[in-house]
Amino acid sequence: MLLLPALLGLAFLLVPLIGLIAKAPWSTLPSRLFSADVWQALRLSLVCATSATVLCLLLGVPLAWVLARGGLPFRGVIRALVTVPLVLPPVVGGVALLLVLGRRGLIGQYLDQWFGISLPFTTAGVVVAEAFVAMPFLVISVEGALRAADPRYEEAAATLGAGRWLTFRRVTLPSIMPGVVAGTVLCWARALGEFGATITFAGNFPGRTTTMPLAVYLALETDPDVAVVLSLVLLLVSVVVLASLRERWISGLR
Amino acid sequence: MTLYADVRVSRGSFDLAVDLVVQPGEVVALLGPNGAGKTTALRAIAGLLPLGGGRIALDDEIWDEPPRTFRTADRRPIGVVFQDYLLFDHMSCLENVAFGLRARGVDKHAARTEASRWLDTVGLSSYARTRPRSLSGGQAQRVALARALATDPELLLLDEPLAALDAGTTLHVRAELGQHLRRYSGCTLLVTHDPLDAMVLADRLVIIENGRIVQQGHPTEIARHPRTDYVAQLVGLNLYRGNAEGTTVTLTEPARPGATITLAEPASGPVHVAFPPTAVSLYVEPPSGSPRNTWPAIVTGIEQHAHTVRVRLDATPTGPAVLLADITPAAVADLHLAPGQPLHATLKATEVHTYPV
Repeated sequence: MLLLPALLGLAFLLVPLIGLIAKAPWSTLPSRLFSADVWQALRLSLVCATSATVLCLLLGVPLAWVLARGGLPFRGVIRALVTVPLVLPPVVGGVALLLVLGRRGLIGQYLDQWFGISLPFTTAGVVVAEAFVAMPFLVISVEGALRAADPRYEEAAATLGAGRWLTFRRVTLPSIMPGVVAGTVLCWARALGEFGATITFAGNFPGRTTTMPLAVYLALETDPDVAVVLSLVLLLVSVVVLASLRERWISGLR
Repeated sequence: MTLYADVRVSRGSFDLAVDLVVQPGEVVALLGPNGAGKTTALRAIAGLLPLGGGRIALDDEIWDEPPRTFRTADRRPIGVVFQDYLLFDHMSCLENVAFGLRARGVDKHAARTEASRWLDTVGLSSYARTRPRSLSGGQAQRVALARALATDPELLLLDEPLAALDAGTTLHVRAELGQHLRRYSGCTLLVTHDPLDAMVLADRLVIIENGRIVQQGHPTEIARHPRTDYVAQLVGLNLYRGNAEGTTVTLTEPARPGATITLAEPASGPVHVAFPPTAVSLYVEPPSGSPRNTWPAIVTGIEQHAHTVRVRLDATPTGPAVLLADITPAAVADLHLAPGQPLHATLKATEVHTYPV
């Protein structure tokens, strides 16, 4: 009974990817792959996704710790708010970022006036947009790991004279490492594929804000073959990420 | 340095008020049934739980005195051995033992040297690089003890240190723990629900029930003169309260009016009456020669112990409402024991202890 829809579902997920591989212009692929445009977009994508992930780690791990251990009032509400970017259409996220961090935005105007910093339509803007969309993945994953970890080990560390920071660094963090790694990989993959928030907040300027997904979209209008090549590269990256996420790490998410 | 702990903690309807003093070199066991508040008291003294009232101090160094003073656990000179040890699994045994020294600012090399000396002391020097996960229960307990003692704490706290072990290893590990505790010069507070652990390891017992101290003293004194039903059960004695007049005690608790016990030695006033279950004999027919304490009784329960059978009886209205008797399996066969069966119980007056309430 269930076999047929199951097979259909599997085909639905796999056929487009097979189509992508089948339609690839294999003969001209090497020359297209090593064109300056592709490399530029790929390099920018990797740099921005990695920077966004680092930003997410720096802000997201402490946030996850506070959510899991801080004993906050309205923790459930805060937790729900953290996950909003997860379900929010990325374009809406981009608009929101523009309203807050844009040159006339709530915070952006002061950044501009006081520090001469303007985030929209810059590479830094790409990082901010990607981090905004990707951080919930990290927070949820790390928070889950923290809540599963036994807080009594932290108490044991305290009785041995370890302060909060030392305890976090030497006891808590190592015990939640699988969750952190899983969250980081998911966060990075999400940042790498980010499109909607990026194009809204950072625009599409080759070399500065045109990441791979944006390049694919652009190329589809002008040269579909290039779009296929770029897509293949992203597919390859995704597969590598998936392969590196071994069973153990994925289990850290549950 | 002496520990003065007047621990008051309230949580919901549970209310803990325990006043303890532990002298240096002394091992005090906090003994009580589950839910009596033992672990809560230990956590408060360790600084893992703030007091609601009272005061915890080591000599004149105040650790906790609400609402003004609270020192967190990491700023108290303590060592704690937790019930399931809580060894850090991502570190080797050596790193576990060295952790407290490192946390207290000892440099890496000195910490490792001291840690390996401690592993040597507990006989585990060959396990320095082993992960705690692959240790046996007894070994893990020794590493936990070494970790707690490595920082040279003023106060050692042990939370059910033998509860996680299987019966076969407990005897050996208990003896070894006893040796380490005798060598340790600081204050030791041991929390346990096992009377044997407490009797063997502690110099003094403090027994708590429902958040209150019900009895404290030297283990032999407590074993001989229990003051509550829980303690009597722990040390395996029948215990009653009553009013003595000459050689007759009229039981007040737990008994119904009219129940009396006859003594060999006269006493007076409110007393505890205690005697071992082996002092009670059972007969189908009323025994001839009428010994002084003979009561008709009804069997309410039968339990097999190692080499004896413990029979629970109701001897009302002339005797105690709950009477325990230890008899041999052969006697069980002779009596054809079954619940509800009427018998005659006799008690040797010479084996009855009385002491003032």
